[in-house]
Amino acid sequence: MAELLYQRDIYGKTLVELGKTNKDIVVLDADLSSSTRTAMFAKEFPDRFFNFGVAEQNMIASAAGMASCGKIVFVSTFAIFASGRAWDQVRNSVCYSNLNVKIVATHAGLTVGPDGASHQALEDIALMRVIPNMTVVVPCDGPQTADAVKAAVNSKGPFYVRLGRSKVATVENKGEFKIGKGQMISDGNDITIIACGVMVNEALIAVNSLKQKGIKARLINIHTIRPIDKDIILKASKETKAIVVCEEHNITGGLASAVDEVVAENHPVKVIRMGVRNRFGQSGEPAELLKEYNLTAADIEKTVITCIS
Amino acid sequence: MADQIKELELKAKLIRRLIIQMISKAGSGHPGGSLSATDLITVLFFSVLRHNPKEPLWPDRDRFHMSKGHCCPLWYAVLAESGYFPKETLMTLRQLGSILQGHPDKRTPGVDVASGSLGQGLSVALGMSLAGRVDKKDYRVYVLMGDGEIQEGNIWEAAMACSHFKADNLCAMLDYNGFQIDGKTCNVMALEPMAAKWQAFGWHTIEIDGHDIKQILAAYEEAKKIKGKPSIIIARTIKGKGVSFMENVCDFHGRAPTKEETEIALKELA
Repeated sequence: MAELLYQRDIYGKTLVELGKTNKDIVVLDADLSSSTRTAMFAKEFPDRFFNFGVAEQNMIASAAGMASCGKIVFVSTFAIFASGRAWDQVRNSVCYSNLNVKIVATHAGLTVGPDGASHQALEDIALMRVIPNMTVVVPCDGPQTADAVKAAVNSKGPFYVRLGRSKVATVENKGEFKIGKGQMISDGNDITIIACGVMVNEALIAVNSLKQKGIKARLINIHTIRPIDKDIILKASKETKAIVVCEEHNITGGLASAVDEVVAENHPVKVIRMGVRNRFGQSGEPAELLKEYNLTAADIEKTVITCIS
Repeated sequence: MADQIKELELKAKLIRRLIIQMISKAGSGHPGGSLSATDLITVLFFSVLRHNPKEPLWPDRDRFHMSKGHCCPLWYAVLAESGYFPKETLMTLRQLGSILQGHPDKRTPGVDVASGSLGQGLSVALGMSLAGRVDKKDYRVYVLMGDGEIQEGNIWEAAMACSHFKADNLCAMLDYNGFQIDGKTCNVMALEPMAAKWQAFGWHTIEIDGHDIKQILAAYEEAKKIKGKPSIIIARTIKGKGVSFMENVCDFHGRAPTKEETEIALKELA
């Protein structure tokens, strides 16, 4: 059984670790520091942590001001507020000036669970990936969260890192993490499954089950949605019959759309989008919600079999 | 003192001429609010601000940010007059490929963060202020806001935070000319009681005539001495100040003068 970890725990720990050696790192939160785990940094480095209260717009624009003075500014709140409430501040104050603001947003997607639709960001990838200069990363598990945070510190410019609320299984054998490079988790030439975030593990379960049935599916983890790895997608479009895209996001504007754009422009093949089909989320346990929205490993398996036959 | 005031008055007149010339050449832009804030910003740049035009990114420089970005002709004029870039460049305002965009962005030397979407600049200034605290630097941060602009909710989030964080290295200037695009602020969205609002948010307020150089100088000095809270200079100004037919005329919020109007304006500012 794979190890289950909270991505936000890893985020908090990584921030503390990086904060010890890099004094330019400052962290801002909007009254959610215990949930986002920036409280760990606040405890260790109180002089470099600022709680902005329930005021995300002010927090993001202030982050721009700090970054203009040479700080590497981590900003955390829930994904819905970081991407939606403060979108204009992200666009005009942060991205337009290409500043070192690293938005690490937690509680993205359906797996927020019982809090329901108001708190389940299903549009954030779309909102963030459309802004010039922004890098959008959706780590698939705990260890990859650390990789993404470290990469954000080592890269110039704005980042949006999307994390979940619930524990996720660690995906083994992902290979090296490099911004903008997809990872082939499992090889196969019958069909390709492209996933991000928590859906990578669901897809992996599906791939293993399909293997038992003699179907060899290729599984690609696209952790960087922008800039997207065109090469790995095009290779899959040429070598396999179809592409199934799985994401805990609206089927419009997110990973599926990003894959569609690459495929449609260069080598059209059939792309099946598995995500939330233009609905809001709702209350429920994470596993129940994935089932309700047809995003479980069983749903992926079924979709692949239907597509192949 | 008298000499300094005389000199600044002349400088302000020169800046106003540049504003008229560049907006006229561009054929569009925002003269009204640029002219109303000219005295505030002229005094800041030529008597108060610690900066070095030869080294725009000097880490110890005082920061200035123009939250009401549409009045950037004023910003560009004081930057050029200070020596950040050649004055001829001013005549490229709003042209394709120019370093002087219709609203400010980082391609202009001296501009640290883009603005133009109203309501974000006070937050940007707060971020600069807090960065200075983290770095234990003694620079000050100045930010110019418009009166219509403070109808944005983001301003009041920032106002609350500036006093919460005791940002006493931050000085905001409010260009209180009483007009916005659709008319008088009191008709569009009333702002009074102005000083009481900022005081209630924990600010030290300084109310002045925004065209009286002596009062402006004194206000910046007073703000420097206030500890434990941010200061705001609430400057009563006249929209379009210095050009008779533009004064208190809402139409000149966002329209360039015609050729004839430009000639008259420049004569008045001679």
